[in-house]
Amino acid sequence: MAVEAARDCLAGRDRAAIARVVLASTSHPFADRQNSTIVKEALFLSDATAALDVSGSKRSATSALIDTFHAVAGGAGDTLCVAAERNVAKPGSEGEYNSGHGAASVVVSKGDGCAKLIGTHSVSIDLVDHFRKEGETFDYNWEARWVREEGYGKIVVSTIIAALQKLGVDARKIDHFVLGSSMPKISEYVAQGSGIRPEAVADTLGGVLGDAGAAQPLILLSHVLERATPGQLIMVVGFGGGCDVILLETTAAIVGAAKARGIGGYLEDRAPVDNYVKYLAFSGLIDLDKGMRAELDQKPILTAQYRERKSVLGLVGGKCTQTGAVQFPKSPVSISREARAIHTQEDYPLAELPAKIVTFTSDYLMFSPSPPAYYGNIEFEGGGRMLAEIVDVGEEGLDIGTQLRMVFRIKAIDDRRGFSQYFWKAAPERRLSNRA
Amino acid sequence: MGCAKFGERWSAGADDLAVEAFEEALADANIDVSEIGAAWLGVAFDTVNIGPSGIPLAMALRLPNIPVTKVENYCASGSEAFRGAVYAVASGAVDIALAFGVEKLKDTGYGGLPVRTRGTNWDMMGVVGSAPGHFAQLASAYRAKYGIEKDLFKRAIAHVSVKSHDNGAKNPKAHLRKRVTMDQVINAPYIAEPLGLFDCCGVSDGAACAIVTTPEIARALGKRELVTVKALAVSTSNGWELQGSGWDGSYFHTTRVAAKAAYQEAGITNPREQLSLMEVHDCFSVTELVTMEDLGVSENGGAVKDVLDGIFDADGKIPCQIDGGLKCFGHPIGASGLRMIYENYLQILGRAGERQRPDEPVYGLSHNLGGMPNQNVSAVVIVGREGA
Repeated sequence: MAVEAARDCLAGRDRAAIARVVLASTSHPFADRQNSTIVKEALFLSDATAALDVSGSKRSATSALIDTFHAVAGGAGDTLCVAAERNVAKPGSEGEYNSGHGAASVVVSKGDGCAKLIGTHSVSIDLVDHFRKEGETFDYNWEARWVREEGYGKIVVSTIIAALQKLGVDARKIDHFVLGSSMPKISEYVAQGSGIRPEAVADTLGGVLGDAGAAQPLILLSHVLERATPGQLIMVVGFGGGCDVILLETTAAIVGAAKARGIGGYLEDRAPVDNYVKYLAFSGLIDLDKGMRAELDQKPILTAQYRERKSVLGLVGGKCTQTGAVQFPKSPVSISREARAIHTQEDYPLAELPAKIVTFTSDYLMFSPSPPAYYGNIEFEGGGRMLAEIVDVGEEGLDIGTQLRMVFRIKAIDDRRGFSQYFWKAAPERRLSNRA
Repeated sequence: MGCAKFGERWSAGADDLAVEAFEEALADANIDVSEIGAAWLGVAFDTVNIGPSGIPLAMALRLPNIPVTKVENYCASGSEAFRGAVYAVASGAVDIALAFGVEKLKDTGYGGLPVRTRGTNWDMMGVVGSAPGHFAQLASAYRAKYGIEKDLFKRAIAHVSVKSHDNGAKNPKAHLRKRVTMDQVINAPYIAEPLGLFDCCGVSDGAACAIVTTPEIARALGKRELVTVKALAVSTSNGWELQGSGWDGSYFHTTRVAAKAAYQEAGITNPREQLSLMEVHDCFSVTELVTMEDLGVSENGGAVKDVLDGIFDADGKIPCQIDGGLKCFGHPIGASGLRMIYENYLQILGRAGERQRPDEPVYGLSHNLGGMPNQNVSAVVIVGREGA
């Protein structure tokens, strides 16, 4: 999700300018492996890119963004700030009704952007409304009324008021108020307490997305930026072990900003799962008999993973400087049939190139968490082929020539060693239909 | 030659199957085991089988401390074993050599072939698909290339299976010996679209072997009618189909290369007219159909019509899988290539019993295919009457 959000954010932008990747989440897939570095590799950014994981609370994304503003102001270079959350709730819990998974991404730079920073304010207070011990899967929650009154009603409201005073901004001038929370109507409640106009309260997407935890403030900010006009004030608030307030003002550049798919586009493309058991299976919340075909032991070979990291995480192929042939993966001897060219290939990123189906099938035999498994030979525009899993296949199915786009996904989970293997899969391109 | 009864041989181990095939071959050759100078063993799944190296074969057959080489080239392993033995004799290194293939798939616990790693890089960047899933892709590509309507294509590949079941019913060594109807095949549940249950070959246990020597030594051993090796060709993918551009996914590039080389070696200029019999790698019905074009017995785009016209039926122009094929024998990987040669051998010698082709076959082609359409190894072996 983080990679997908970052790709959408970087669409049409020169990736060479990104000097730093910050990734915020309370559900990083690895407790000890730099998760932001995986994002960096998947985006095929320069190795001279700094990477930082931020975690610890549901306000980790707003804290990461505030830190990013400071770092960029201090000369850190253009920074990609990503927030992603896999907000898994225990079956039967209240959280099951209102939690969601999601990601969003922003680029912070010294140059002109679609919004500029007015200022920030943070407080840190250990009010434990919920917690999750290291290694645990689910949150433990305290009474909602107390969280509402003492947490949001006092800590959040007072931080907002302090921020407005500090920045010299009248609460009534706020055009968009963004607060990430799983509690319904809490945004209106806090806005009222802070003097912010009710019509400024941004859609919390509670009914269509749910609360994506740490990622929610950035998701809602991204959603607001899709429809904001120049000169509007946007307040973004994160709550958790204290409170962060970020105040932004949109610029004239927002009008001409390259239109990505955006939160709206992703929500439009969603495919509802209307079967609860299927939802539990997809979420890994029931112990399924996956059959013998799932027993394949694919032990991660970390030396090879490192050696082939550009191919595996970046989907970087090769282009032969002698014959022009494109291939995946790179190899010592070019695949070209025109000449025996050795060590002539230069890096050739494929992830953003459109592709189409050359052959395909739907396989009912092999293990797939969502059978049948679709896969086939695909060809990239401009050359280069691979055998790829094809995902997000809708009711319209597939055909020879179906246009595809590549997506970064979990390829396999090694339960024995706790390793998630990432790789690229292909998805029907119809999902880009609302891209400008 | 020798061939064990293929099937779900629950009570037989790989060594039992090996001995069963070997004793038949030994009696057929009319030699003593001590006269064999070298052996090649084709086996693909050694971890659930007889174990690595040539030792298990030497132990099972109690071979007299001769060199035994284990070969593995996916489903072409049996043909590879045969190639090793024939080349050993042809080179003059030994007078008599043994080619052996065995596989005990019913000890894997699977329906279908076990899932296994294809190597470090493939695990990271490839697709863990099933065998039917990989081969089913031929159908989508073939239909798109020639604009063939779905139902017609399904009927054509169904005919392939119906035909093989008709043939297998007459073969006491086949695993599946029941006839099936077109309706049964067409309406069976999908395994991998468009392949249904009856479009896929079975999984079984089996062993087959050949004892090879020179015509001179064979005659000295009292043989009058000889089946000689006319051609041995193997072609291995170099990655072009998978990585390059140009392959449309509807045919086997390697089979076309191997067939061309084999025909040249055997002096065959018109395979459709000259071949008497074919045993091809019908792991899936669609594989057999496209292979008819790859072997040049059907025009490109013409296999659907040829198949439905019955050209490859037991009483057709060139019977294909007159023994029942992989479809009815099942596919104990290492044994299949030698099982195919065994049928051509029997037919050429007029020993095929109820299923014997009456018109005195001259050339028998066998074709083995390992891997998957976009990364594979193809073997073409042509045997025939001596002097043909």
